[in-house]
Amino acid sequence: MSVLTEAPAAASAAATPLPPALSPGRLAWRRFRRHRLGFYSLILFGLLFVLSLGAELIANDRPLLARYGGQLHAPLLHNPPETAFGGDFETPTDFHDPFIQRQFEQPGNWALFPPIRFHHSSINYFAPEPHPSGPSASNWLGTDDRGRDVAARLLYGFRLSVLFALALTAVGVLLGVLAGAIQGYYGGRVDLVGQRFIEVWGSMPELYLLIIFSALFEPGLLLLLVLLSLFGWMGLSDYVRAEFLRNRQLDYVRAARAMGLSNWQIMRRHILPNSLTPVVTFLPFRMSAAILALTALDFLGLGVPPGTPSLGELLAQGKNNLDAWWISLGTFAVLVLTLLLLTFMGDGLRDALDPRKVQR
Amino acid sequence: MSAPLLQVRALSVAFAGLEVVHGIDFELAAGERLALVGESGSGKTVSALSLLRLLPEAEVGGSALLQGRDLLRLSERELRGVRGDEVACIFQEPMTALNPLYTVGNQIGEILTLKKGLSARQAEARIVELLAATGMPEPERRARAYPHQLSGGQRQRAMIAMALASEPRLLIADEPTTALDASLRTQMLELLGTLQQRLGMALLLITHDLHLVRQFADRVLVLERGHLVEQGPVAQVFEQAQHPYTRKLLGSRPKRDFGPPPPLPEAPPVLRARQLAVAYEVPRPGLAGWFRRGRFEAVRGVEFELPPGRTLGVVGESGSGKSTLALAALGLLRHQGELQIMGEAWGEPGMGPARANTPRLRRLRRQVQVVFQDPFSSLSPRLNIEQIVGEGLLVHEPHLSVPQRRERVLQALREVGLLPESGPQAELLRWLQRYPHEFSGGQRQRIAIARALIVQPRLLVLDEPTSALDVTVQQQVLELLLRLQREHHLSYLLITHDLDVIWALAHQVLVLQSGAVVEQGSAEQVLQLPQHPYTQSLVQACAPLCPRTGP
Repeated sequence: MSVLTEAPAAASAAATPLPPALSPGRLAWRRFRRHRLGFYSLILFGLLFVLSLGAELIANDRPLLARYGGQLHAPLLHNPPETAFGGDFETPTDFHDPFIQRQFEQPGNWALFPPIRFHHSSINYFAPEPHPSGPSASNWLGTDDRGRDVAARLLYGFRLSVLFALALTAVGVLLGVLAGAIQGYYGGRVDLVGQRFIEVWGSMPELYLLIIFSALFEPGLLLLLVLLSLFGWMGLSDYVRAEFLRNRQLDYVRAARAMGLSNWQIMRRHILPNSLTPVVTFLPFRMSAAILALTALDFLGLGVPPGTPSLGELLAQGKNNLDAWWISLGTFAVLVLTLLLLTFMGDGLRDALDPRKVQR
Repeated sequence: MSAPLLQVRALSVAFAGLEVVHGIDFELAAGERLALVGESGSGKTVSALSLLRLLPEAEVGGSALLQGRDLLRLSERELRGVRGDEVACIFQEPMTALNPLYTVGNQIGEILTLKKGLSARQAEARIVELLAATGMPEPERRARAYPHQLSGGQRQRAMIAMALASEPRLLIADEPTTALDASLRTQMLELLGTLQQRLGMALLLITHDLHLVRQFADRVLVLERGHLVEQGPVAQVFEQAQHPYTRKLLGSRPKRDFGPPPPLPEAPPVLRARQLAVAYEVPRPGLAGWFRRGRFEAVRGVEFELPPGRTLGVVGESGSGKSTLALAALGLLRHQGELQIMGEAWGEPGMGPARANTPRLRRLRRQVQVVFQDPFSSLSPRLNIEQIVGEGLLVHEPHLSVPQRRERVLQALREVGLLPESGPQAELLRWLQRYPHEFSGGQRQRIAIARALIVQPRLLVLDEPTSALDVTVQQQVLELLLRLQREHHLSYLLITHDLDVIWALAHQVLVLQSGAVVEQGSAEQVLQLPQHPYTQSLVQACAPLCPRTGP
């Protein structure tokens, strides 16, 4: 009987050049790249985020570089007093002052300004109309009711929203994965207690707690982050718990236990990497939820302290100044774009990680 | 001869542009039993299901005339009339093929009212009739049962009743008995046979099990990678197979390939059980379950000794406690009684292994390793081969450097025949970086064996090591296991329901029925002269298929 063994087949396969090995993660990344909308959304979102990280270089009332009387200044980093530019006072220079601007028009002096000549907190005292003033050559998207440039505030507000969402998502994922992993891996009584705790915790009136706490404490981003994190981990932990419950009884986990690996090693090396699909899929959606939460709280005046550039605060201004359409329109556009990009990324990720998709 | 019931011409099936069935032709006469045989991936299920266009992503070509109407050209609406009416299907896994939210009677009744236009009252009587025809005990009561309340065999009967409800002219049975135990298998086949004769249906049986075919079918089609390589009457194909692939399939049943075992050296047993019992806690029904938990004894009173270099086969049907015994031997379950590995107990008497990983337990774990049934769930999909195979060394020999570990991994993979003895180093390293999904079932099983062997255990627990593999691959894995046993003087605890595998590997046999040992002895003695009625029924269930002769 000539039974062909598999070994020669394997041997010949090993002898011919192999294509590079593809990990499941890399395969998913390939599928994600093939998802045009999601992939380009990621690129665009990344670009916007990187740009907003350098917001000081784009929107600032101080020049990036300035040359005055043969001396080079970098007012962006260190703002010299007005006296350095021929002024009379020892106060920090206001580059919108017509006197200072005239000084820089003299031969040999120049200043390199960022594209938007306003910081999020700087007030345009030299606007031609009363505030809020409409779009003009100096304020591209107009000013808000305190005379601050809307474009600058949107840029800084976007940065703040995204950073806040990233932090909130990171903390939520960390807590959620930890709680879900422990419940799912140990099961039994641990799981029972954990689930009951989550039910009790989840039925706390989150919004009222926020209102109460914002009255008790100094409102601030950190307080918001802590409060929202306290409640933001539960949805995710349920998914992770279910994945752990499913994976812990698979044969490869049993084999690892028979091998003598510790519980911690099994969770980290074996179960966690196989349980991350829901976590990764939900990341963009959680980010957009976090952005929305921050915006909503700011809109209600429960969020960031006054003066902080925030999309919600701008929306509230838009509501209070309905005739100043540029405030609401600009904020609305930024919010919609951000949330849409995140949703498209989420769709792409979901498709890329869908186990039912044909492996190609 | 009258025109055939079903006439298939140049049937081809493609998924996303990749053709998997390459133009097969066959005919099926009314009342004929035709078997479609092949290994996994040969396209047998795909070809049969695409006749009814049940695979939405498949691009189907060719023609399939059912009494002159081309099934592949019918509109979706006309096809719905054919499905479940003229052609019915039975699937492999009856648990997933029945809707868990409806009673069995409901699901059969749906077909009767939809396809046959019966009133609810008429349907009710007919449901009971149908269930009774499939040999279902207490058909009136079972009609009101939900699928989870039925046993595997009863569910399969319900599936058959459902398929027969519309009195089809053609019944497509996709691996109808694979999920069933050996003794049930024969019953189901007999049932299908009698029903088929009584109703005059044609039957298209899809299976990988050649012995089923020999017992049951009139004609057989052999598929290899989407090509029809041989067809003809069963007797002719089995006696004078023309195509090498058919001959390979026929020749690949497990053989007992070792002589009488050499006399035992004076050595302590590798595994010893005395009055071993394993009990699970189960919730009690009702209010009592809030305070006390019930106990279910999965295994009780098991005693055996497994000397070095020998194989103990544990046979039993599903639910007989054989997998529980395997987990207990691995030290993964609490147990009562005595269970010793190389003279050292897993835990304190009556305690079972503690969960904590003490150094003593880790040392013991190294002696006992495991190979599971399903090569797809036994390897973590996110680790590459080097990580999977080398993991044991991380735990038990943490002092090894990375190159030393890699050398050991390569050595283990060579030992299981997955790697050539020599090759360019770069290629071998590339090979190590592959992930499990890039390997076939047989290769994955070799990887699982390499993972177990790398820590140099004394005892391997083999939990149905070959039942998820194709017959030809199965034979290779069995040969590999025999060779490894000879070379390393390993002991095997072999858990299986397949007497063929027992016959091919085991020196001693232990037969379990509902947790208790009913028969125990040498393989020859138990399989050739079974004493207990249960063992006799097991051996009988596969006796016509497997004539066993001593070596």
